[in-house]
Amino acid sequence: MIMAFNILKRHLIVFRRTLWSNLVLNVIEPFLYLSAMGFGLGAFVQDMGGMTYIQFIAPGMVASASMWAATFECTYASFVRLHFQKTFHAMLAGPATVADVVAGEVLFGIVKNVAFGMIILVVIGLMGQVQSAWSLLIPLFLVLPGTVFSLMALSYTGIITNIDYLNYYITLITTPMYLFAGVFFPVTTMPEWLQVLAWVNPLYHSVEVCRALVVGQVSIQLWQHAASLMFFSVVLAPVPVYFMRKRLIS
Amino acid sequence: MREHDRRGPTTFLRRSVVMSYIIQAENLSKSYGDFRALKGISFHINKGECFGFLGHNGAGKSTTMRMIYGLSTVNEGKLEVLGERISPLTPAHIKKIFGIVPQEDNLDPDLSVIENLEVYGGYFNISSLEARKRGKELLQFMGISDKMDVNVEKLSGGAKRRLVIARALINKPEIIILDEPTTGLDPQGRRLVWQKLRRLKEEGATMLLTTHYMEEAAQLCDRLAIMNDGLILAEGSPEQLIEEYVLPFVIEVRVPIDMLPPNINEKVEEMGGKAEYMVDSLFIFAINGKEMWDNIHKTGLAQHACYLRPTNLEDVFLKLTGKRDQP
Repeated sequence: MIMAFNILKRHLIVFRRTLWSNLVLNVIEPFLYLSAMGFGLGAFVQDMGGMTYIQFIAPGMVASASMWAATFECTYASFVRLHFQKTFHAMLAGPATVADVVAGEVLFGIVKNVAFGMIILVVIGLMGQVQSAWSLLIPLFLVLPGTVFSLMALSYTGIITNIDYLNYYITLITTPMYLFAGVFFPVTTMPEWLQVLAWVNPLYHSVEVCRALVVGQVSIQLWQHAASLMFFSVVLAPVPVYFMRKRLIS
Repeated sequence: MREHDRRGPTTFLRRSVVMSYIIQAENLSKSYGDFRALKGISFHINKGECFGFLGHNGAGKSTTMRMIYGLSTVNEGKLEVLGERISPLTPAHIKKIFGIVPQEDNLDPDLSVIENLEVYGGYFNISSLEARKRGKELLQFMGISDKMDVNVEKLSGGAKRRLVIARALINKPEIIILDEPTTGLDPQGRRLVWQKLRRLKEEGATMLLTTHYMEEAAQLCDRLAIMNDGLILAEGSPEQLIEEYVLPFVIEVRVPIDMLPPNINEKVEEMGGKAEYMVDSLFIFAINGKEMWDNIHKTGLAQHACYLRPTNLEDVFLKLTGKRDQP
């Protein structure tokens, strides 16, 4: 595990260098969504179960922006490190194992997940959309979905051999997760079968918890969401190690 | 002797007492599906020597290297490093004593030269401060200290290679493993790398290298194994190999094989020489080169179509790997 943190250190040196360009880009998008949907659509949607529309979607932006950050890191960036830069090969020539390399990537995915979630949290705070001090728990909570998103993305990255196939992951996995997670409308308005499906959508759990913490509607039920994410993490943990080993060790 | 030991550059290498064989392989084999990349090779590497694998691309050199440093699994035959059996993958605590120079420059393009050393040192639990300090010394040694804060992408091929070697030394390795250290370099770059490797050798480094350059093998290796098609064909010091496989002199005949004078093989043999056909050319080996040269007209060849020189490793290599059926 020490090794994984040594690898994380490498990622953080690079992250520090690209922090500002990274930041601006990642803040603009959720900000655009918030403005367009919140003010535009919000003019027609008056009441979302006791919230204004912008209030409803703001916490979803925190959860989804962090999903995108972790996902892009563990798809495109990891793919480049694996196939083009041979960074993983260099690590393995040192005293690292494939599990260490995967753990390092996941840790960095978590860092990005938490970092961008926090930034969006600040942004929505500045827009007056944070109601409760429970929000301070959000960075800590985001470790859980960060782990799941990173493990998922890294598994797929380990399976494919061509960078173009990453588009499929974004279009067929990440985007549907984003659209059916209760970010823009409550999951309860969807057909029954989609509601059931939402339970295997990690972003749904993340959105529910973030929204509850932002508005201060904390209940024991939130543990169900946290437990689901923990369950996904445990189940998924060996998957990227398996596929990366196939890629790296002959 | 003690004075010598205390000299600066020795600090790049860890000195420790280990058994005489640093690496030992017995009947080591490797298959990728139906393809047998290694067909059972045995060798051992002594402490403090430079051992080389010489062979074409695809001879099995890199496969052997990858098995030693943990990028390929060992599932057939036996491989031991420092007396420890590798099965199936070289564990981290053994990889710690290696300094690896891989075939492709996998430097981190997201980092500067010194950061590459700092981060790589970090993988060995060397603190940033210590890694930077050691890194600066190594850059000095490799002659690229002026490039310290440059992004690695901006380095020339030769400088990149020297940086990879510096990186391999950051953990004071007991054994340096170099997979084709100078492939793709220009003559100047290649010589600079050789010079640095010779320095390390003088300091007592144990080195294992692969190459397909004869000159590199002859310049650096104490002992070498000639590989072809997944097998070791011959093993020994360059001098031994030359002595064992070829006569001291050779006359290269620059005449197409189908235009050679008739019965030339017999004539050469009558004169005490040995005719060998390698890569579509005739080579006449002789103990006394001058005598053969003076009498070459007796074989029906003209001197201007021939070239006399002492034999070298390349002749051994061609004889073992590039033989052609006699016409």
